[in-house]
Amino acid sequence: MSSATATMEPRAYHLPEEPHLHEGHSTNLGFWMYLMSDCLIFAILFATYAVLGGSYAGGPGPKDLFDLPLIALNTAMLLFSSITYGFAMLAMEKNRVSATQGWLFVTLLFGGAFLCIELYEFSHLIHEGAGPQRSAFLSSFFTLVGTHGLHVTFGSIWLVTLMVQVAKKGLIPANKRRLMCLSMFWHFLDVIWIGVFTFVYLMGVLR
Amino acid sequence: MSDAVHSHDHGYHEEGAHGSFRSYMIGFGLSVILTAIPFWLVMSGVLNDPQLTGVIIMGFAAVQVVVHMIYFLHMNTRIEGGWSFMAMMLTLVLVVIVLSGSLWVMYHLNANMMPHADMDMSAMRNMSEMP
Repeated sequence: MSSATATMEPRAYHLPEEPHLHEGHSTNLGFWMYLMSDCLIFAILFATYAVLGGSYAGGPGPKDLFDLPLIALNTAMLLFSSITYGFAMLAMEKNRVSATQGWLFVTLLFGGAFLCIELYEFSHLIHEGAGPQRSAFLSSFFTLVGTHGLHVTFGSIWLVTLMVQVAKKGLIPANKRRLMCLSMFWHFLDVIWIGVFTFVYLMGVLR
Repeated sequence: MSDAVHSHDHGYHEEGAHGSFRSYMIGFGLSVILTAIPFWLVMSGVLNDPQLTGVIIMGFAAVQVVVHMIYFLHMNTRIEGGWSFMAMMLTLVLVVIVLSGSLWVMYHLNANMMPHADMDMSAMRNMSEMP
């Protein structure tokens, strides 16, 4: 019996020849997986805000603090940055380097405007004594909105990095892949912001 | 990346899904409308019913998320052989479990802590003002 198995063909548990996959073939899916896990982080922060958002500890509530025209302006900035990034991607597909760079720069300006308005709002709140340490509502508010703002900050740094990369090497396949990833990241942040302005700001003022 | 490459390459070149100028503009137009209406509803208070307004703006947000997914993130059931869509669905299930579970459990926890609710707001204020 043992001699019979010895004479059999050795069993192979892998393909004799690996299929040739080009570099970065799975980047999109992998980056999408990252975005989904990031989405779970935001889900947890939203859940935290949902649980703690009504605990004012006798302090100011959303109605006293939130300035909706400012939030509307902020939302417009992020929405504009999304569409200009879309234009950058369209220019990239046509291999027009200067148009791509131009739209990326416009996106950066809108992203920067969003961050400035958010920082102004935060400093205003802290100045009024409504900092993160004031109540559970404000702690969860600053954690949720601050995490989103931090994402936009890193997205902007990434955007500058890619502009330098494109300026140095042009629209090579690797740079196109990187721009595609940042495109997903940037639009994803806009999706999260829909949840923030609806659930935190608008619902907060309604409460 | 022509269609001919697509057909016999088992979808490894799927990063070609970028959308067109038209689809971006449709998405942008829809987003502007779906953002402006909730802000208008809340800021003008036309409905005079916070609960109804809340339900409506949540509905607008859900629609806008779908619009962004389709027109900006170019999500569909085919890219990456459907795996992106699968991952998104799994995430959606987890998000629903996390959100509804947290609210459900914490609501009951608060309800069961009710004996402390008769500690009125003035007592709470005094406590919060203590050093």
